[in-house]
Amino acid sequence: MAVSVRKSAPGRDAASAPARHRRAARSRRRLRERATIAAFLLPALVLFAALVLLPVVFALYTSLFRWGGFGWPDEFVGLDNFVRLFQDEVFLGDLWRGFVLIALSVCVQLPFALAMAVLLNQRLRGRAFYRLLFFAPYVLSEVITGVLFTMIFAPDSGLADHIMDAVGLGGLGIGWFASSSTVLPTVFLVMTWKYFGFHMILYLAGLQSIPKDVLEAASIDGAGAWQRFRYVTLPLLGPTIRISAFLSVIGAIQLFDLIWVTTAGGPVHSSETMAVTMFQFGFKRYQVGYASAISVVMFLISFVFALFYQRYVLRRDLEGAVTSMRGRR
Amino acid sequence: MTPTTAPSSAVRLRSRLRGLSMHAIIWVVGAMIVVPLLYALVSGFKSTSELSGNPFGLPRQWVTANYTELLASGTFWRQVANSTVIALATMLVTVAVSALAAYVFARFAFRGREVVFTLFAIGLMFPFAVAILPLFILLRTFGLLDNPLGVILPQAAFGLPMTVIVLRGFFRNVPAELEEAAIIDGCSAFGFFWRILLPMARPALATVSVLAIVTSWNNFFLPLLVFTQPDWWTIPVGVQQFQGQYAQDTARILAYVVLAMAPALAFYTVAERQLIGGLTAGATKG
Repeated sequence: MAVSVRKSAPGRDAASAPARHRRAARSRRRLRERATIAAFLLPALVLFAALVLLPVVFALYTSLFRWGGFGWPDEFVGLDNFVRLFQDEVFLGDLWRGFVLIALSVCVQLPFALAMAVLLNQRLRGRAFYRLLFFAPYVLSEVITGVLFTMIFAPDSGLADHIMDAVGLGGLGIGWFASSSTVLPTVFLVMTWKYFGFHMILYLAGLQSIPKDVLEAASIDGAGAWQRFRYVTLPLLGPTIRISAFLSVIGAIQLFDLIWVTTAGGPVHSSETMAVTMFQFGFKRYQVGYASAISVVMFLISFVFALFYQRYVLRRDLEGAVTSMRGRR
Repeated sequence: MTPTTAPSSAVRLRSRLRGLSMHAIIWVVGAMIVVPLLYALVSGFKSTSELSGNPFGLPRQWVTANYTELLASGTFWRQVANSTVIALATMLVTVAVSALAAYVFARFAFRGREVVFTLFAIGLMFPFAVAILPLFILLRTFGLLDNPLGVILPQAAFGLPMTVIVLRGFFRNVPAELEEAAIIDGCSAFGFFWRILLPMARPALATVSVLAIVTSWNNFFLPLLVFTQPDWWTIPVGVQQFQGQYAQDTARILAYVVLAMAPALAFYTVAERQLIGGLTAGATKG
């Protein structure tokens, strides 16, 4: 500083010099800070903009064209692709099947995961091991899981049919992946095998954050085990349940790998999902504009759902957290 | 839950029955998890002709050829190497880029910060499948097909939101005094980030790294599209292609499935804590 004071141009008002220098130093520091922010943020912004935002915007654009995927799209068709989409029985079926899978996940898989979490939250011998075991399928890829279960559910020769024979249910002749009436439940079974452990882990984390004294207090007030669960545990677990339901829905909307490996959407589209239809049109039939329209619908569904969820369901959690904190003080 | 003071025999019996029924449920569920895996493992030691007649029992004759041929073939190892290289590179790019951004989001105040951060957070809601078609066209335009970068960079980009959110949460909790002290001692912003913040954030970094590795390792859609040549196939693509190629040879496919599962399960037993920590942190903060 002293050096820079002496360097200041002669003839200026000496009294204001230090202030001016301080201002200069501050603006220099601010400049340097700006440069740091820009430099640190730039890689992430570039990567994100180029490979996440740009593709989504590009999909929006190309969905308005009839386009085979080569050259620049030039045959503008407006919303025709979307009109066609909502007249296409396969796509409407995709929506329905997506809805069924979501409903099954939320109404069957998540309660099952919750039940297992409550069970493993008890003082049990070997519960750390069981936790490890139940979660293990989550780390396997959907492809490996899918191939494994294709073998297990292979008609007649697979393990599943042998087990059905052994317990005397072979007469039912369940077709698993091969029959259009059973393929969706079978897919759901495999999804549950792979994913319930993940939700269970979330619930376990939630359960462990419930203070013991609240449950004890309820117990002293005469609440039975079911009442304690229904009126203490479940409400306190609300935020975790809502987030796990959210992840489950988003996962079901974009389901591809598992379907592609096990059934490729068949038999006769009966297990096809939006992502599979999109893949078929985009990469097999080269109707890229039409496939982009499917991408856009997938995007809109997840986006609207996420906004709605954020606005009406998750926000309650934040409010709840704030009010309960105030209550505790 | 169980009374601790002088339990009568009836109560003790009841609690023991309860414990037994709980264990019974857990064993049934555990069996559902284990049986398919065990079935694959044991079946790999059978010949396909034996497998259809004897699906449950141990092999009458332990055939090791299914496994040894795969292990000796080179294709399998090539795929393991590809998956490993791509997963590690994805992890490095994701974590490095996210850490820099998370540092800015956590420790600097500037106009538009929340807007940019929200933009990243919205990225959490983009399913990969939504962007895959335009992404593919983009990669083709830039000549990144059959190039590992064509998988690594998009995976890193889609991993950013979660990683930034988790790391920002962690960086925020580092006391500001520490940064002031470092600056007074002549540390630059990057010096503080590199020499103090990152070493302190080691647990969080481990968590997001493990998450990035597992996600990359299991990714199928993108490598399936990007790698048209077998040279760069990752394990999931390899397994799927193998299934198509040997559709009738069930035992051989199951052997491949077992070998393909092994690295993931081994990694899981080592990094279980980081993985679960990352998933629960991501879910509660996301």
